[in-house]
Amino acid sequence: MAFTSEEMMTIAAARALKNDDVVFVGIGAPSAACNLARMTHAPGLTLIYESGTIGTAPTVLPLSIGDGELTDTALTTVSVPEMFRYWLQGGRISVGFLGAAQIDRFGNINTTVIGDYHRPDVRLPGGGGAPEIATSCHQTFVMMKQSRRGLVEKVDFVTSFGHGDGGDARQNAGIATKGPTLLITDLAIWKPDSKSKEFIVSAIHPGVGAEQIQESCGWPVRYAENVATTEPPSQEELLVLRDLNARTKAARERPLAMKMARRASTAG
Amino acid sequence: MARFQDLKDAIGENIEDGFTVAFEGFTNLIPYAAAHEIIRQGVTDLHLIRMTPDLIYDQLIGMGRVRKMTFSYAGNPGVGLLRRMRDAVENGWPRPLELEEHSHSAMAQAYEAGAAGLPCAIFRGYKGADLPKVNPGIKFITCPFSGETLAAVPSLTPNLTIIHAQKANRKGDVLVEGILGVQKEAALAAKCVVVTVEEIVDSFSGVHPNACILPAWTIQSISVVPGGAHPSYAHGYYDRDNAAYLEWERISSDRAVFLSWMEENVLNADPNCFDLRVERMRRSAA
Repeated sequence: MAFTSEEMMTIAAARALKNDDVVFVGIGAPSAACNLARMTHAPGLTLIYESGTIGTAPTVLPLSIGDGELTDTALTTVSVPEMFRYWLQGGRISVGFLGAAQIDRFGNINTTVIGDYHRPDVRLPGGGGAPEIATSCHQTFVMMKQSRRGLVEKVDFVTSFGHGDGGDARQNAGIATKGPTLLITDLAIWKPDSKSKEFIVSAIHPGVGAEQIQESCGWPVRYAENVATTEPPSQEELLVLRDLNARTKAARERPLAMKMARRASTAG
Repeated sequence: MARFQDLKDAIGENIEDGFTVAFEGFTNLIPYAAAHEIIRQGVTDLHLIRMTPDLIYDQLIGMGRVRKMTFSYAGNPGVGLLRRMRDAVENGWPRPLELEEHSHSAMAQAYEAGAAGLPCAIFRGYKGADLPKVNPGIKFITCPFSGETLAAVPSLTPNLTIIHAQKANRKGDVLVEGILGVQKEAALAAKCVVVTVEEIVDSFSGVHPNACILPAWTIQSISVVPGGAHPSYAHGYYDRDNAAYLEWERISSDRAVFLSWMEENVLNADPNCFDLRVERMRRSAA
């Protein structure tokens, strides 16, 4: 089956998750990948959204991280302070799955500002849960489409720490977790070099050329010794993903059927 | 002890220009009706606190009612950026906006510290991040037992916290269900609490013993405003109006369109319109 580069990205990202992972799911692209994994090879995957839903299994992708669908299908819903203290800070999350506006070669992420913080060219939403997701989860995966604006030599602002300026930077900053171990784009799969921690291309998606990867990357691209070609999407992966996207689109075009019982009483 | 009041009085009697006000509700139960009442009453120079400012603060900021905002994620979730907030930050329109920016973890724990009567929250956070360089309210301390470096932020103690909830009973106790966010912490951290609810019920008999309930004696005013969280949702009552969140992108992208939308839907509206909006959404879903 033919597929788009965005489908390839989502599917490659989903494959990186294991059945026994506990994932802190970022909004947007990571949400699609995490749910696809749960609906295909990893039915036991535990999805956690920062709104407090633990073990959630939505049938459509939430527009926000706190849609009612997440609570309705969750094992339990805890308060936000509990989520960040006991579950994230407590070290119970194996993978933090993040998106990014800007990322550098060491996996430092910017979602705060383009330009100077106090006089920004573009004010982005800010960190949300990401600064601590990036340091408290055992490891983090990042997914984003490649572009010169997105993959940059140096991020304007370190919202979420990756490998700093490389090497032992995390250790020196007093961080015990692994940090970014995987960057999945619409063109390739990147992994940090074991010593320098710079992201290098470990697999290229089918049909993608090296010049395409370099044109959409702000630093000189380096490659692993043995660069693989990403396995193309299977029919099952594509069908499940397309079904999920179609259900999500239909749900966003109009409100879901009201599950609710009208107000039982309006006394007072 | 909680008093039942109409929304106009509940807001009018509990807020002043210059107040620090937290409107909480994490996707679920965002108190839109109360925010619109504040806009109608002309209250200004507010310092707003909220983890996820959302459309509710975009509206207050765009109307020029806000001097400062403390927050951790300022976006229209899943849609994009907050256009009115960006216009204030990037261009000073309609007035400059001072920002105090944190992470979610810091905000949640700062509310919790406020509720616990502590001066600050201590947590493992901000390691390697740039926010401590631009927010002087983020400090680091050394744990006296382990020697670990930990982040510290001052507790949040708003003059007023406003939340929306599903139900109050006749005594004025309030039940919150679904995604709880930081509503309980923000309420207990504040000097004054105003709650809007979907309905009043005779009692909470049959409610789960571990349910999230704020006792009447922690609340100043309760107003019944059915639909008062629209276009966010009230778990068990109505769903999130995602179409309205998507539409906000268009409305908020242009100053004139924004102002005329606010004129029609906020300044010339009243709290009853929320029930009608939810009713309209129900009919279109049927």
